[in-house]
Amino acid sequence: MKPNLQFDFIVDKQNNTLTVKREFAANRQLVWDCYTKSELLDQWFAPKPLSTKTKSMDFSKGGHWHYAMVEPNGTEYWGLTEYTEIHPIDYYKALDAFSDPDGNINTELPRAKWNVSFQDFGENAIVETIVTYKSLSDLETVINMGMEEGMLSTLERLDDLLATLAK
Amino acid sequence: MRRDVFQAIADPTRRAIIALIALQPMTPNALAEHFDTTRQAVSKHLKILNECELVKQEQQGREIYYQLEIDKMKEIDKWLEQFKKIWESRFSQLDDLLLTIKKQEK
Repeated sequence: MKPNLQFDFIVDKQNNTLTVKREFAANRQLVWDCYTKSELLDQWFAPKPLSTKTKSMDFSKGGHWHYAMVEPNGTEYWGLTEYTEIHPIDYYKALDAFSDPDGNINTELPRAKWNVSFQDFGENAIVETIVTYKSLSDLETVINMGMEEGMLSTLERLDDLLATLAK
Repeated sequence: MRRDVFQAIADPTRRAIIALIALQPMTPNALAEHFDTTRQAVSKHLKILNECELVKQEQQGREIYYQLEIDKMKEIDKWLEQFKKIWESRFSQLDDLLLTIKKQEK
């Protein structure tokens, strides 16, 4: 993380919500574009070492973003985000889901509501993401999928590397 | 059925039980006094908490006291910490992207 950029990560176990608030060193319009244009989303959305691949994107009310997060070994995890409400460049609401390559939603895996809002913060922008799950065990299921693939241990290695480089 | 700490804290009554026994070991009867529910219902919640390994029982005379397994609660925090790292990684990539775009615009 870049120094001096605000980052809040609040888990509300009572309401099954996760609130992530982050400041970015860019204006609100540019940050909004990074969240809502697939060619930009592809460059940051999947956490390292995974990459993002968009199959289709229709950023409009009722439209979908159909994408995959791809592991270095080629394993793909497909997702489908449905946009339920859009107010440029203030906020958008969406419903996420796991899917298959054809865009069929996997109903056995948890879905979550996303409420993403954008605010000016001086010359910077602050993005607040509120993710609401049906239950805490839903949240756990999502994480375990990443853990099983060793993604987190890789992230920890990355932290170590970054700490070494920073010295 | 698989039991884990997240099932334990998914229910509001169980969360309240956890909060109570975190302060001091308590018997099912003493716990039941804090809720508008039957002693049986409390026992059922305690059974689930026990299966999740979040509580341990201790026999004192004729009474069974329940107390919290602190280490198990720490597991939850550890897991959340890992989740936080995923977001940090994601945002660090967005920082880089924003920097690249701003350089191109100049």
